[in-house]
Amino acid sequence: MSSSVTVPESALPPRGAQSFISRLKAGEEIAYLITLTAGVTIFLITALVLYELIAQSALSRHKFGWSFLFTSVWDPVAGNFGALPFIYGTVTTSLLALLIAVPLGLGAAIFLAEMAPPKISNMMTFLIELLAAVPSVIYGLLGIFILVPVLKQSVVPALKSVFGALPIFDGAFYGMSIFSAGIVLSVMIVPFIISVSREVLLSVARDQREASLALGASQWQTIWRVVMPNASTGIMGSIFLALARALGETMAVTMVIGNTPQIKASLLAPGYSIAAVIANEFTEATGDLYLSALVELGLVLFGVTFVLNGMARLLIMTTAQKGAHK
Amino acid sequence: MKPSSTIKNLVNYTMFAVTGLCTVIAVGILFFILGYLVYNGGKSLSLSFFTNLPAPVGEMGGGMANAIVGSGKVLLLATLIGIPIGFLGGVYLSEYSSERIAFTIRYITDLLNGVPSIVIGIVIYTVVVHPMGHFSTFAGGVALGIMMIPISVRSTEEFLHAVPQSLREAALALGAPKWKSIVTVVIPAAMRGIISGTMLDLARVAGETAPLLFTALGNQFWSPGWNQPSATLPVMIFTYAVAPYEDWHRQAWAAGFVLLTLVLLINVTARLALSRGTYVPRG
Amino acid sequence: MSLEGRTSSSPQNPAGGVEEGMSKAPASMKLSTQDLNFYYGGFQALQSVSLDFQENLITALIGPSGCGKSTFIRTLNRMHETVKGTRLTGQILLDGKDILKEDVNAVRLKVGMVFQRSNPFPKTIFENVAYGLRVNGFQGGKTAIHEVVEKSLVKAALWDEVKDKLHQSAFGLSGGQQQRLCIARALAVEPEVLLLDEPCSALDPIATAKIEDLLFALKTETTIVIVTHNMQQAARVSDFTGFFLLGRMIEFSETNTIFQNPTKKETEDYVTGRFG
Repeated sequence: MSSSVTVPESALPPRGAQSFISRLKAGEEIAYLITLTAGVTIFLITALVLYELIAQSALSRHKFGWSFLFTSVWDPVAGNFGALPFIYGTVTTSLLALLIAVPLGLGAAIFLAEMAPPKISNMMTFLIELLAAVPSVIYGLLGIFILVPVLKQSVVPALKSVFGALPIFDGAFYGMSIFSAGIVLSVMIVPFIISVSREVLLSVARDQREASLALGASQWQTIWRVVMPNASTGIMGSIFLALARALGETMAVTMVIGNTPQIKASLLAPGYSIAAVIANEFTEATGDLYLSALVELGLVLFGVTFVLNGMARLLIMTTAQKGAHK
Repeated sequence: MKPSSTIKNLVNYTMFAVTGLCTVIAVGILFFILGYLVYNGGKSLSLSFFTNLPAPVGEMGGGMANAIVGSGKVLLLATLIGIPIGFLGGVYLSEYSSERIAFTIRYITDLLNGVPSIVIGIVIYTVVVHPMGHFSTFAGGVALGIMMIPISVRSTEEFLHAVPQSLREAALALGAPKWKSIVTVVIPAAMRGIISGTMLDLARVAGETAPLLFTALGNQFWSPGWNQPSATLPVMIFTYAVAPYEDWHRQAWAAGFVLLTLVLLINVTARLALSRGTYVPRG
Repeated sequence: MSLEGRTSSSPQNPAGGVEEGMSKAPASMKLSTQDLNFYYGGFQALQSVSLDFQENLITALIGPSGCGKSTFIRTLNRMHETVKGTRLTGQILLDGKDILKEDVNAVRLKVGMVFQRSNPFPKTIFENVAYGLRVNGFQGGKTAIHEVVEKSLVKAALWDEVKDKLHQSAFGLSGGQQQRLCIARALAVEPEVLLLDEPCSALDPIATAKIEDLLFALKTETTIVIVTHNMQQAARVSDFTGFFLLGRMIEFSETNTIFQNPTKKETEDYVTGRFG
């Protein structure tokens, strides 16, 4: 501090305190603290979610241990709870959804990213992203009243006439089933696959395409042999994201899956998913063990989607970085 | 070696058609959904839907007035909880935090975003409903509010980041303290994006059903105040759709139509506002 | 064919004198453009460019940034068609036949291209070179493909450095090696003309020298056109040089003439460093 007057050191307030106070008065510290509080709150809320899941499922976890994941009995009366039928239902419906949505979604993404003129591509992408905004319960509504009757009347009889010998199409079809839930789910996750894959494809460096075309390759050959390999990690990421979404889907699945905790080979049989059983039975759960078992199911679901989402983000980030280098 | 150009071109055109077909199917689904809802919902819609309370089973003329109001209240509370936390968190991430802390908070936020909505419902049940002893509009608002946070954080941060550094520097160079430069310059520049992001956030939770199942639950009657269980539009759709009554099905369609219209309208408006352009520097 | 852009001295007419309008390129002209005009939307990037590229020689195209030389070379294998909103008038004759009227993939087999920044595919070294064979329905078996790959890598002066790691990723190579890989990739389909668009601009002098050496060896089998902003490179490497300015070809002559005895003032200003 340059000054023509020498002020004795002891007369000045300690340096740090002075600047803190003046910053406080200027509002600086307050602003910082307010926003920091918000950040900390988010942290605390997430910690709370984790804590509650772990705490409230403790009863069930201690009683059943790891065998919870492998038992297929769900008997509230006797107090025997096992997650297997729900894990089975969740996994099967989601895989079926992926089986349908990935080819369809990738095909559309390729068309929108590589082949369609920009204006059409942007408009169609806009519409497809609107699909992602449709609430789950609406998909459920359409599932019950439109999809299931159509499946019952036309699609499943046709499938059975050709593939009826296969165990996955065995047995009577009453509408509510793993199959119906899988189809509804596939419609719900298609927009995610399209939207993310399209962005990933667009981010592939231009000169990769040019190098291929300059060697006499056709546009499709370029897409299949060069662009897709370049985008493969990102596309994997989009699939993981879609899968994570499908696993956690509640309402649409609850409305068409049949709500029967069983494991059958046939896709046409009714089943149950983790999210669906929680939705249906949580408010009616009698007894702490029952409730605890349901919470443990929630914990399982959370764990799986957490891992999948983490992997997805990693994969998508990797592709973005690759494209940036070029 | 000579190219088999006819086969090459044939495959090219075929794949063009196949991928085009995939796109048409995907887009067609949207119109399909809209079409059915407009048709089935439109013909079931009547004034009584908006003004009447649900009627007992078997009686006609019931409506969802309480559900509409209930949804409104729940969403209002959700916005009041979720947006301030999300917005301020986004400001912190973009303007104040160091890179390491920012990474941690972003990671945590993504974690929260990935929690299935039904799990949020479980947690709020344990934390709010159970101690209170009853279901309530309040609990529903809290659940949806928590769901709004992650999206709000990310979108706020993204739009604040998009504001050029030169703008901040200009304000600081004129002697404004940092917080003032943020409030008077940076945030206004990002405002359009932030508002659009908020609208999209709202549209997303407006359709959420699962978290409300164990928090607001449902109610046949009006739910005054915040401490009683409340009917909400999405939950009514669910309840009515799975019930065996024809009249209830029709009302479910009507409610679905109303809900979807609302959600899509907010979405389209927000997206169009976004695409109209965010901050564009002059010169 | 317009007279604009043609200088009085040409390979066919070393004694000088202005050419009268010729409607057909002479037989030893491998590739020639006739009155090429190119538009990006409303902007005209190339004006009446008529150039002949003699067979089995190296022709360099020089000029300041934005003069159109890169735009021009990209028309020679119709890469301009990958960008929307462009328009081309005029003719491009390969062995007397207009490539604008032929199947574009067939054209690109005969006229290959190496780009400014190396762009190997995310595949192994082997598969990068073999790519052109695979997409064009190469009829030979595995041994035949291997032979072609080896031959191309030898011509690109890369074989010794990669022969033990053919099945490793191309991204493991250095920048200069990657660019030679791209040259090998282009050579694998045995093009009659090879276009190089500033191939050494991202490389150090040693890597650049390696590529210049291999071009010398290559020209006995291939007609080479190289765009470069490095005048010393053009002087070292090429037999003929064309000088572009603002979308027009100002002067085209033997390299020695362009650099030591240019006819046009603009050429002289450029090669002596007065601008650009």
